[in-house]
Amino acid sequence: MSETVQSIVKDFIIENFRFGDTSFEIGGAESLIENDVIDSTGVLELVAFLEERFDITLVDADIVPANLDTLDRIAAFVERKMHGDRAAA
Amino acid sequence: MRVERFLKDSARRFPDKTALVAGERRSTWAEFADASARLGAALAEAGVKRGDRVLVFMDNSWEAAIAIFAILEAGAVFSPINPSTKADKLAYVIDNCRPAAILTLAKLMPVTASAIDQATVKPMVFSTAGRDGTHAEGVFSLEAALAHAPTPVAHGGIDVDLAMLVYTSGSTGRPKGVMMTHRNIEAAATSITTYVENRDDDVILCVLPIAFDYGLYQLLMTVKLGATLVLEKSFAFPQAIFDKIRAEGVTGLPLVPTMAAMILQMKDLEPGFLPSVRYLTNTAAALPVPHIQRLRELFPGARLYSMYGLTECKRCTYLPPAELDRRPGSVGIAIPNTEATVVGDDGRPVAPGEVGELVIRGPHVMQGYWENPEATAERLKPGLHPWEKVLATGDLFRTDEEGFLYFVGRKDDIIKTRGEKVAPKEVEAVLHAHPGIAEAVVTGVPDPILGEAIAAMVVVSDPGVTARDVIRHCTLHLEDFMVPKVVEIRKDLPKTDSGKISRRLAAETLRPVA
Repeated sequence: MSETVQSIVKDFIIENFRFGDTSFEIGGAESLIENDVIDSTGVLELVAFLEERFDITLVDADIVPANLDTLDRIAAFVERKMHGDRAAA
Repeated sequence: MRVERFLKDSARRFPDKTALVAGERRSTWAEFADASARLGAALAEAGVKRGDRVLVFMDNSWEAAIAIFAILEAGAVFSPINPSTKADKLAYVIDNCRPAAILTLAKLMPVTASAIDQATVKPMVFSTAGRDGTHAEGVFSLEAALAHAPTPVAHGGIDVDLAMLVYTSGSTGRPKGVMMTHRNIEAAATSITTYVENRDDDVILCVLPIAFDYGLYQLLMTVKLGATLVLEKSFAFPQAIFDKIRAEGVTGLPLVPTMAAMILQMKDLEPGFLPSVRYLTNTAAALPVPHIQRLRELFPGARLYSMYGLTECKRCTYLPPAELDRRPGSVGIAIPNTEATVVGDDGRPVAPGEVGELVIRGPHVMQGYWENPEATAERLKPGLHPWEKVLATGDLFRTDEEGFLYFVGRKDDIIKTRGEKVAPKEVEAVLHAHPGIAEAVVTGVPDPILGEAIAAMVVVSDPGVTARDVIRHCTLHLEDFMVPKVVEIRKDLPKTDSGKISRRLAAETLRPVA
């Protein structure tokens, strides 16, 4: 499952922030901000994508580096969110 | 007074107080001064002399703050370079100002090395170690330089010497180096800290790039005040910045409209959520009036300053916070110890309500553009006295009956995006360099977060070229903020009756982003 979330997010990043550059590689634990993969306004686009693609809702407190600054963290966060949302439903 | 004296004075007055918080790294004033003295001595020993230019090619980091003052300690001139600058533009800057050295970080070494390969001038390079703990061949260790003995450098410099070159996007498509002396910096910093009512117990948060003069002056003013600077690299995660503000007790929050828009689109903020903040400043572009109102609700105890300026004189005007209710759309009056006048085509002041060009007079006006007398002559005009020059801003303003200033528009077609100035020609030059593009025109379109977004209209000579290819090409050759957000591929470009490509018609055709 995490493989899937991670690859979907990576595809989104390549498409939107690397403009289709498929040679782009970044480790799952590497910072997207520190490595200039996405810029500050890019986070807003990432959040909008995650909400729509995975049918989750992010509150302000979710939009922090601990959840969104690496591919690994995004995958783990999205899964938590999806399970959490289901449990709440 | 020379700017490095600010640092010595603060180190003497507040040796044990926190000067700088950069990520996890904290330094007292004594430590800041010591590190700058060591690196300054190392630079001098390596051959950097009074008046030499030295580039600081770094992101907002501890090293960048130290580097700037170390260069001044050596008697040299610093030039901060945006870390997203690509190799070809960096090579242009290197050949333009012929620096003795470049101070950089390991992660920027590939760009630095490539730029030096392309450039005719070959400066020394000082860099931090890579992940493997080593430096490339021929590169000086910045860590070793920071451990040099702190021998004072007897450079003999005085305060009318050049202190810095700040490169700004040029309307001809080539960046221009704005020349500022120590005296210019002292005048601007003194004026700003006066009207902002800064105190030595201020804690100022700087998330603006210090390669951009608004960010850079947060450092310079902090050092002058002996206050505390919290340096952050990115506003990508406003919540993380808010946590930092609470943890450090930040009192001063400099913003650009894009940051304000990012704060205001958050859903869960309560008025007074950052009680330590005493003042907010905004410049680079006007805040929309509804954003001003909402910011005032969220920061009920804080003073909010709407300001206007340009790199060529650092800052021109500010609106005293008490005037915000009466004239929220105004950028106010001239900053202390300067004059701001709206003039007509004949150079004489116009009546209130009439539109004219804003002209600035004062000790903060630049000395000109580095080795560019034509561009300098366009901006610096004869002043009241035979010995002085005034700055023609190229911006159109009007005043109300009481003399408060309102920004109307640009005389030229410079785009303001994310608070940074972009000359369309600089982007067009990169587009024209793409082998598959026949013609291109670049313009700004309104954008709710960016202020203006950069939009390009291109005619392709290779039908296989897509809009995405064009954007990717731009990301390889332009700083991030200059990369078009929108690219439209067309059969032809809008032209005037005389057949000239029209930026204005292109702007009218292109739709706003989102």
